[in-house]
Amino acid sequence: MENREYKTVGKSFRKKDAMQLLTGKPVYVDDITPRNALVVMLLRSPHANAIVQEIRTDAAKKVPGVVDIYTWQDVPQTRFAIAGQTYPEPSPYDRLILDRHVRFVGDAVAIIAAETEKAARKAMKLIKVKYEVLEAVLDFRAAKDNPVLVHPEADWFPPCEVGGDNRRNLVASEVSAHGDVDGVMADCDIVIDRTYHTKAFHQAMMEPFICYTELDRYGRLHVVSSTQIVFHTRRILSRALGIPKSRIRVEKPRIGGGFGAKQTAVCDVYPAFVTMKTGRPAKISYTREEAQISGSPRHEMEVRVRLGASREGKIRVMDLYTLSNTGAYGEHGPTTVGLSGHKSIPLYTGSLEAHRFSYDVVYTNLQAAGAYRGYGATQGIFAVESAVNELAEMLGMDPTVIRDRNMVKEGMVMPAYYGEPANACALDRCMEHCRQMFRWEERYPVRDMGNGKVRCAGVAMAMQGSCISNIDVGSATVKLSEDGTYNLLIGAADMGTGCDTILAQMVAECMDCRLADVAVFGADTDASPYDSGSYASSTTYITGKAVEKACTQLKDQICAIAAQMMGCEKEEVVFESTRVRRMDTDQAVSLADIAYKAQVGNTQPAEATATHSSPISPPPYMVGMVEIELDKLTGLVTILDYMAVVDCGIPINPALARIQAEGGIVQGIGHTLMENVTYDRNGRPIESSFMQYKIPTRLDMGHLRVEFEHSNEPTGPFGAKSIGEIVINTPAPAIAHAIYRATGVWHRELPITPEKVAMSLVEKQHEIQA
Amino acid sequence: MEIKLILNGRQVVGHVDADTVLLDFLREKGCLSVKRGCDTSNCGLCTVLMDGKPILSCSTLAVRADGHEVFTLEGLQGEAADFIGFIADQGADQCGFCNPGFVMNTIALLRENPDPTDEEIRAFLAGNLCRCSGYDGQLRGIRNYLNSRGR
Repeated sequence: MENREYKTVGKSFRKKDAMQLLTGKPVYVDDITPRNALVVMLLRSPHANAIVQEIRTDAAKKVPGVVDIYTWQDVPQTRFAIAGQTYPEPSPYDRLILDRHVRFVGDAVAIIAAETEKAARKAMKLIKVKYEVLEAVLDFRAAKDNPVLVHPEADWFPPCEVGGDNRRNLVASEVSAHGDVDGVMADCDIVIDRTYHTKAFHQAMMEPFICYTELDRYGRLHVVSSTQIVFHTRRILSRALGIPKSRIRVEKPRIGGGFGAKQTAVCDVYPAFVTMKTGRPAKISYTREEAQISGSPRHEMEVRVRLGASREGKIRVMDLYTLSNTGAYGEHGPTTVGLSGHKSIPLYTGSLEAHRFSYDVVYTNLQAAGAYRGYGATQGIFAVESAVNELAEMLGMDPTVIRDRNMVKEGMVMPAYYGEPANACALDRCMEHCRQMFRWEERYPVRDMGNGKVRCAGVAMAMQGSCISNIDVGSATVKLSEDGTYNLLIGAADMGTGCDTILAQMVAECMDCRLADVAVFGADTDASPYDSGSYASSTTYITGKAVEKACTQLKDQICAIAAQMMGCEKEEVVFESTRVRRMDTDQAVSLADIAYKAQVGNTQPAEATATHSSPISPPPYMVGMVEIELDKLTGLVTILDYMAVVDCGIPINPALARIQAEGGIVQGIGHTLMENVTYDRNGRPIESSFMQYKIPTRLDMGHLRVEFEHSNEPTGPFGAKSIGEIVINTPAPAIAHAIYRATGVWHRELPITPEKVAMSLVEKQHEIQA
Repeated sequence: MEIKLILNGRQVVGHVDADTVLLDFLREKGCLSVKRGCDTSNCGLCTVLMDGKPILSCSTLAVRADGHEVFTLEGLQGEAADFIGFIADQGADQCGFCNPGFVMNTIALLRENPDPTDEEIRAFLAGNLCRCSGYDGQLRGIRNYLNSRGR
C-alpha cells in the first residue's frame, strides 16, 4: 500500500499532536483559557414558534455574581448567517444575536453573563418571559406555502440568488436537467418510483460547542474557538457585532471533533457580545443537551427517486426530487441539498442518458440544520443506492453486477456532476477488490442459521468531492529557520483528522527533509494565510496543493540566496535537501548558512506563501459491503463485517486515511441502526442526551476492514483526492439492502431500529395471512 | 465543606460545595485531562481511578472522594506511556478528546486483566465512546502493544 516513489508522502506517520492528546495535555479551548472568565449561558425558548411579549430581568440581575443579562432589545439589528461559507454566502441572513421572534424549542431568548455557573443558572430561573405562542410549522412536508411563516420579517436577506422566498417558507429551490428525461423514462422497460427519508442526525463530536472571548492587549476582540473556520468566524462576528475585521482575531487550538458541526459559528456570537459589552473575558460551553437541541445537525431530507431502466439492467434515466428541512434558520440549506443529487446521480454516468434533479429547501420550527460530513450526499446516496438495489432485486440481478454495467469510469465526463471529468476513478477496481475481499458470492445469499436468525449481505457505492470548485481557497506559508528546519503556517483547521500532519508530510517531501523538521501552526486569523477552512473534504486537495506551491517558491528563493552567497546565478545552483550546490564547481552552502544569511543584510525572504483554488472537485469513490445477522423475532440487526475499498487518489498517510474510513463507517452504522431524531407534538426534541441519542459503542460495529485502490489525480497534490466525507455514505444503503435480503422488506426511512424491523415482519405476516 | 484526598499521589485539601461533582473539582485542581462529554454518564470521557477502580467523575460527588485516593491521567503518565504509542501508530488518537478517559480505562483493564482477548477489550471499554476512530484502530493499538509485550 505504501508508495515507494516518495520518502514521506504515502507513509503512515503518527499525528504530530498524538502524544500530547494521548497523555491528556491541556490543548482544548476550556483547558487553555482562564477559569475566571465570565460564564455565559443562554435562556432558551420552550416554544417552537413564539413572540417575546415581555421579558423581565430585574430579579435575575439581583442574583449575586450576575454581571448582566441581555435580551432582544440590547442587540444590533443587523441580520446575519452563522454558516461558515465563502462570501457571499448562499445561506440567508436570517439571524439576530437575540430575536424577539423565537423559532424553535431551544432558540436563544436571553444571554446571561455571570461570575459563576451557579449564579447564571439561578438567574436563568428568575427571568420572567411572557410569550405569545404561535402556531408552529413542524412537518416539513407541509412547510412550503404554509400560511404560518417561520421568517415573516421584512429584513430577511439572501446574499445569493438561490430560489428562496421567505414568504413561502422557502430557503432555496432549483430544477436542473440533462437530456430528454420524460422521453427516456417513457421508453424504459421498468420505472421505479420510491421515496427515502433520512433524519437530522447529530455529529455528536465528543467536545461540545465552546468559545472563549477577551479583549487583547490592543483592545481587540480575541476569540479562541473550537471551530473549523477561523476566517469565516471572523467575518460572521464582524457583521453580527458591527465591528471591523481588523478589530477581531479568531484562533482555534486543538478541536475535540467537528464533522461539520463546527463549520457553523453555533455559539461564538454570544460570548463575543458579552465581551464587547462588559470588556471582560467570557466563555460559553454548551452542555451535551444544548449541543443536541441547539446545535447544527444534518438536514432531514426526503428524496424521491424515479429511476428508469431496461430489462437487462441498464440504468437509463434518473429523476430526483429532494425536499430538505433546514429547520428554523437556513445555515447550509441551499448548498447541502445540491449534493443529494450532484453526488449520487453521477455514480451512474456510465449508462445514464438523461437526468433531472430538483429540490426545495424549507423552513420549519425545528432545530436549525447545518453541515455534517457527507453534506447532503449521504442522504442522496441512501436514496439512489437503495433504488438501484431495489432495481437489482426486482430484476433478479446481482447488485454488484448491475453496478459494474452502469457505473462511472475513468475518463468519462459527468453531466450530473457539473460537467466535470472523472480524471482519476478506480470505482470499478474498488468494486472488484471489495467483492473478492468480502467473498461476495458466498455471503450475498441469505443463510438461515437455524436459530431464528439469518445472515446476508448488502452493497452500496459512494462518491463525494474534494473541494467546492472555483470557490474554496487554501493557502500555506513555509518558512526556513536558522537551523535548516521549517515552519508551516496554515489557516486550515485540524479537527483531529490529522491535516496538520499530512500537510507537514508534503512539506517534508517537497523540501526533502524529515517530518520532524517541519513545525506546523494553525489556525489563527492574525498569523495564518487565508484559508476558507476545513470542510467540503478540501484540506488535502486544496491546502495540500498550496503547500506544494509554497515549497516550490521557497526552494527557488533559497536557491537565489545561495547563489548570491556563492557569487553565481540562481540557474547555476541546485537544491539538495540540506544544502544548495553550485553545479559547475560543486561548491555548496548549507541550509543553515543560507538561513542565517537570510537574517543579515538580506532583501530576499526565506519564506513563501502560496494560494490555491481549483476549477474542478475530483470525486473520491468507494464501495462498501456489509454482512449482518438479523434476529427475526426481535428485529435486532447485528453488524458482523463491514468491508470497504476506497479510491481517495493517493493516500498521503494511509493509517490516517484508514481511520477516517473506519470512523465514517461507524458513524454511518449509527445513523442507520440506532441514532434517531424525533420531536414531541410541541416540537420539543426527544433525543436530547446520549442516554436517548445512542451512538455506536465498540460493541455495535462488528469487524471493519478497509483497503484502498489507488488512482492518480493529476490536479491533486501527489495524486491525492479526499477521504474525510465519502466514508459515511455507504452504510445506510448497504445495511438497508441487507435487511431487505433478510426480511423481504425495504426500509426507506432511517434509522432502521429493531422495533421497525420486528413490526415490519409482523405486518408482512398479516399480509400473507390476509 | 472541606475534603481531604490523595490526588495523583499527593495529599490535597479542597473546599467544595455539597453538589460539586468530582470532575469539576479535579479540573479546578489542574487535572485538565479529565473531560466532560455528556452529563448522563454515557460517554466515559471523565473516567478516573478512585482507589484503583475506574469511575465516572461526572457522576461522583467530590465529597465522595474524601479520604480516598484518586488518580487522573496526569498521575499515571508512566503507566500510560507503555501502550499509548501503539495507539498513536494507528492514528487512532484522532481529535483526542476521548483519549484520557479511554487511556484511564485501558489502564484499569490491563491491571485487572493483563492479557485480555479482543472481545474482553471491547467489553471492558464499551463505556468509552469515540466518535472519530470507529474503535478498530484503538483495538489494533492495544493488540499490538500486547503482542509486543509477549515478545
